[in-house]
Amino acid sequence: MLQLLAKILRTGIITEPAPELHGGTIEHLGIEVRRVLDRRFNGSMAIRQVDAGSCNGCELEIHALNNAYYDIERFGIHFVASPRHADALLVTGPVSRHMEAALKRTYAACPNPKLVIAAGDCACNGGEFGVSYASCGAVENVIPVDIRISGCPPTPEQLLAGLLCGFQAADIVPGPGIR
Amino acid sequence: MNDETVLEAFFAACRGAGLAPGAADAAGLAPAITLRAAPSMWLELAVAARAAGLRWCAFWAQESESGLEAFSCLETKGTYLVLRTCLGLDESLPSIAPVYPAADRPERHARDLLGVQFHDQPDARRWTRHKAWSETAYPLRTRAERSADDGNTPADHDYPFIQAHGAGVVEIPVGPVHAGIIEPGHFRFQAIGETVLNLEERLGYVHKGIEKIAVGRDAFGLARLAGRVSGDCTVAHTWAACQAMERAAGIDVPARALWLRAVMAERERVANHLGDIGAICNDVGFAFAQYQLTRLREDWLRENRALFGHRLLMDRIIPGGVLADIPSDAAHVMRDRAVALVSEVAGIIAIIESSESLEDRLMSTGRLAPEIAAELGVVGYVGKAAGQEFDVRRDAPYAPYDNFNVRVSSFRAGDVAARAKVRANEIDSSLNLIAELLDTIPDGEHRVEWKIMDAPCEGLGFVESWRGEIVTYVRFAAGGRVARFYPRDPSWLMWPTLELLIQGNIVPDFPVCNKSVNGSYSGHDL
Repeated sequence: MLQLLAKILRTGIITEPAPELHGGTIEHLGIEVRRVLDRRFNGSMAIRQVDAGSCNGCELEIHALNNAYYDIERFGIHFVASPRHADALLVTGPVSRHMEAALKRTYAACPNPKLVIAAGDCACNGGEFGVSYASCGAVENVIPVDIRISGCPPTPEQLLAGLLCGFQAADIVPGPGIR
Repeated sequence: MNDETVLEAFFAACRGAGLAPGAADAAGLAPAITLRAAPSMWLELAVAARAAGLRWCAFWAQESESGLEAFSCLETKGTYLVLRTCLGLDESLPSIAPVYPAADRPERHARDLLGVQFHDQPDARRWTRHKAWSETAYPLRTRAERSADDGNTPADHDYPFIQAHGAGVVEIPVGPVHAGIIEPGHFRFQAIGETVLNLEERLGYVHKGIEKIAVGRDAFGLARLAGRVSGDCTVAHTWAACQAMERAAGIDVPARALWLRAVMAERERVANHLGDIGAICNDVGFAFAQYQLTRLREDWLRENRALFGHRLLMDRIIPGGVLADIPSDAAHVMRDRAVALVSEVAGIIAIIESSESLEDRLMSTGRLAPEIAAELGVVGYVGKAAGQEFDVRRDAPYAPYDNFNVRVSSFRAGDVAARAKVRANEIDSSLNLIAELLDTIPDGEHRVEWKIMDAPCEGLGFVESWRGEIVTYVRFAAGGRVARFYPRDPSWLMWPTLELLIQGNIVPDFPVCNKSVNGSYSGHDL
């Protein structure tokens, strides 16, 4: 136990001041976004991640958003286990035809305003896989998309910047039940 | 000992059964030995191989002039044997799943995609096919019947799962969308109280037609696609595909490129093992390990980007070599960081190993008996944790590993703790290997020009990914365009073990058992 505590103390807090973005810092942007989230989502944005056919590369980088360097929760954004708890869906991959029904059902289960974020080149435009007998290609071919983050896979910085810019710019129309 | 001697027991078993397959061909699909056989001998050859102790690795098929051609790849003591047979479209092949149970799903995959018909196949159900194409569409055929896509593929709601009846038995369907940042697949549990009676996997959800869209690509396009068979295995899959293509085209890759490929492959192994050990501990509530190890993983990926230009090292291996060289001062820094990481990881592993709560949760959980592991021919850390030591780098070494002594760690406990321990030991040996590779890296070119003859040609690649052995087959048609690409991800051999090792465990331990196996969905579904 002492070893464990000593290791934690020696490691210290490594969470970074977020990197520069379009002249401002992500942290600065984060403050702006917090205002949007505070006003429209009671201070927190709950995201349900859906892999609709990805190679798993995007998932690795989405995971990284939760490591101590990026610590995405400080911006009020957290990942939830059910679409019914989610404000937004973060969808990766070209949509495989075998996932088409599951993705539509997940979308249906998500309460309004159900923002949809397409993350990665495959989700944005079909990427390396495109449209085939087995793939529907881009996410927007299956459900409406609000925010696009390109990259193969997008790095954690690109994901973070894409999410924050997206939430700021997205035309969030409050649905029933949202103040 | 040459390859023919190693296979002597197999040839003796063939003679004993009165079989006379064609002459052994050591050149066609080198380093594997190839045997051509009549379809009528298919099952008997499998029986002889089994009797001679060969491990079954892969099954795939392709179109041929006369109809279809089927391949079965086996291995013993580091020597690969490929059996191949041609059959007419109206002929059927005896299933070898009764002899080698791991061949069951690959055979069903070939039936769904290419229409290979089997007799005495123990499982008549579809596997990779859900509802996106009809039973007779066979998408991998050149003249595939194009199934209508009205943008409304129904869910695969009527797959006949195994049923359990009786007082107190409950059925728990899970997925395809899981409660985490994870790939999709369906798990059907039958449980009594909390105890798992049976688990059945239903995969194929992320099938995106990789084998089909490979057709017609050039070598560089195929390398890019191979790098996206399974994102966490991008280096190993690209290497295996390039190895197969380079063997087909007869291209010798410069030594410096091979060393750099190995450095990247070992870096990929370390990155994934760091993440996995953290996630295993986190699944039983030990967040300390998760935070520490994801911190080290992040440092490691940032170094990847600084040195090679991509955090996951995608598209860094290309046909004929590697995309870019690294400067020698950067190599020194990388070497020193790898050495420094050895003790840093060892310190964290020591803390993990001294935790009684982890010991309580991970030891004896999800146990795979060595006998069952051998029966299924499982590879990688799942095999190594259950007495199956095979490692391509050590046992069938490809350049540059033939210049190094690869330490392989193995246990017989077969539980979650053993699978985590194999990973920890592999981090240690990979870090040392990175230092050795960088100490001995030869000077010279990092790539040669890609050239391919006009005639059709084929090749096989064998690479030890961080998950285990990858077997990749590539055939070029005349003109250097890809006619067939089949990457056999180790996950094909790992998924069946999960169904067995979870039996008798409690349902809440499924996440940690699943994480300890960590099969790739994408690499399996193709």
